[in-house]
Amino acid sequence: MNVFAIADANNFYPSCERVFQPHLDGKPVIVLSNNDGCVIARSNEAKLLGVKMGAPYFQIKKFAMQEGITVLSSNYALYGDMSQRVMLCLSRYASRVEMYSIDECFLDLSGLPQDLMSYCQTMCKTVKQWTGIPISIGIAPTKTLAKLANRLAKKGYSAHGAVLDWQTLASPDAILESTPLEDIWGISRRLSEKLQAIGIDHALALHNADPKYIRQHFGVVMERIVLELRGISCIPLEEMPPPKKQIMTSRSFGEKLTSIDDLRSAVTHFAARSGEKLRHQQLSAQALTVFIQTSPFDTQHPQYANSATTEFDRPTDNSAQLIAAAHRGLQQIFKTGFSYQRAGILLPDLLPAGVAQTSLFDIVENSGRSEQLMATLDNINRVHGKRTIRYASEMISKRWHMRQQFKSPSYTTNWRELLTINI
Amino acid sequence: MYHLELINTCHKPMNSASIQTQHQHHSRWAPDNVLLPILELSQFPTFVDLPLFASKIPAGFPSPADDHLEATIDLNRQYIRHPAATFFIRVQGHSMIEAGIHNGDMLVVDRSLEAQSGSIVIAVVNGELTVKKLVIDGDEVWLRPENPEFEPMQIKDGMELHIWGVVAHVIHSFSG
Repeated sequence: MNVFAIADANNFYPSCERVFQPHLDGKPVIVLSNNDGCVIARSNEAKLLGVKMGAPYFQIKKFAMQEGITVLSSNYALYGDMSQRVMLCLSRYASRVEMYSIDECFLDLSGLPQDLMSYCQTMCKTVKQWTGIPISIGIAPTKTLAKLANRLAKKGYSAHGAVLDWQTLASPDAILESTPLEDIWGISRRLSEKLQAIGIDHALALHNADPKYIRQHFGVVMERIVLELRGISCIPLEEMPPPKKQIMTSRSFGEKLTSIDDLRSAVTHFAARSGEKLRHQQLSAQALTVFIQTSPFDTQHPQYANSATTEFDRPTDNSAQLIAAAHRGLQQIFKTGFSYQRAGILLPDLLPAGVAQTSLFDIVENSGRSEQLMATLDNINRVHGKRTIRYASEMISKRWHMRQQFKSPSYTTNWRELLTINI
Repeated sequence: MYHLELINTCHKPMNSASIQTQHQHHSRWAPDNVLLPILELSQFPTFVDLPLFASKIPAGFPSPADDHLEATIDLNRQYIRHPAATFFIRVQGHSMIEAGIHNGDMLVVDRSLEAQSGSIVIAVVNGELTVKKLVIDGDEVWLRPENPEFEPMQIKDGMELHIWGVVAHVIHSFSG
């Protein structure tokens, strides 16, 4: 029989911050989205105070101050590094793992001779000691049930602390009956409304539904969910993430931009970053779309959004070519008189690098040199830190940089920002 | 303050650290677009390969040492046994001088190690981080400084002590 476990970090972003600021233990902490826009992570204490996920920061600023809530900007360098450490730790406990998100990891525990419960408790203890990050583990014969078991463990249903094994539940049916459809992995609000329209109100009703009927009306994906709820594993572990079909690099700005120079700077950066991502995944782009938009929430000012797509003669992973295409596109769509809030680069159609035939008129030697240049560029930036070498037009303006008023130091990824202790 | 730091660092001699990785002195665009060498970002883990044997090979004559060439030695592999659990921490202050930890030193902390009486530990006392020697004497638990000018601290009822990690190594640079 299959045994899946999902290990999920508890309140991952606040937990990362607490490792380096232990005085925040037991205190309410919230983390804000890029540009300090809205709440994207809360410690349990902040949840208890009633801070809602997604709440705009300006709306809760006063409340946070009154209640002594620690407010932090997101620190993705730190979270990414801590995530790698947690995953590295977890992978010691299973031969096959799927890193599902920054703070979730599926493990294949099939055929383990040991007592599963104590095995997983050791896993939790080790991850906590090694990295400082608390995790919860759900165990079940399918990934869908493991996700549910994990939810229950977080809610305190387990007699064994942070670990819950679905197979040991006394009355799984009663639990399914009290589980809303939207709490099931893969069921969106929209799907849940459709299911409710035909009288399927909770997880147990879906569990009992006829798989064939469900397949006819909702397709094979929903049928799999029904079977998974019944303990029949249909969703395998994905050890290798499927290759990306597109690459998007986009961000909203710290302040609204009005000049084309500011936008050009931002777009250059996004294009260069897209090029790095392409080469890292050994892909090449057949086309590039550049887009700019004003804030859709700003009703005071006129709104505008547009995009331009350039197709390349041959698929490319060369940053200079991407940047040139982005500049041309921007020139076409930019209009004066608007306050732009967001821009981005989309590479919609990707091919594995090297697939493309060089045309008769290519100067082969030259194309080899461009690869060499890109490899050198990537290498320097990897060894000496991101953005050590940049394209000059990235530097024209800094206005597009993110607002991160409350960011903690990059404790684990920057020599100059190491945790410092006074002794 | 940021600017001062940049300028200071760039005038320091960078080649006299007792343990120093290549990645310590890098360049970065300063705010006014001037290139200055400063301490910069590094990927973790880093690798510094030092060949154990190296010989120049005259054309046509293989060196007699070649048969003895071994794998390169790597500081990270030697001193960082558990990368997932290893953190670098900077210290400020003089309370651990007799343990060989000086003001400004960098500690290599391995959280996978179990703290024992006598271990140099990163401890959290009532939410505050400190570096001290852990001494367990019967029922008594002490955090002891390694400098006679500082007082040891006994952990008593009502105090919260949490061992954050065990200091595995200290890196001391002579460049100050």
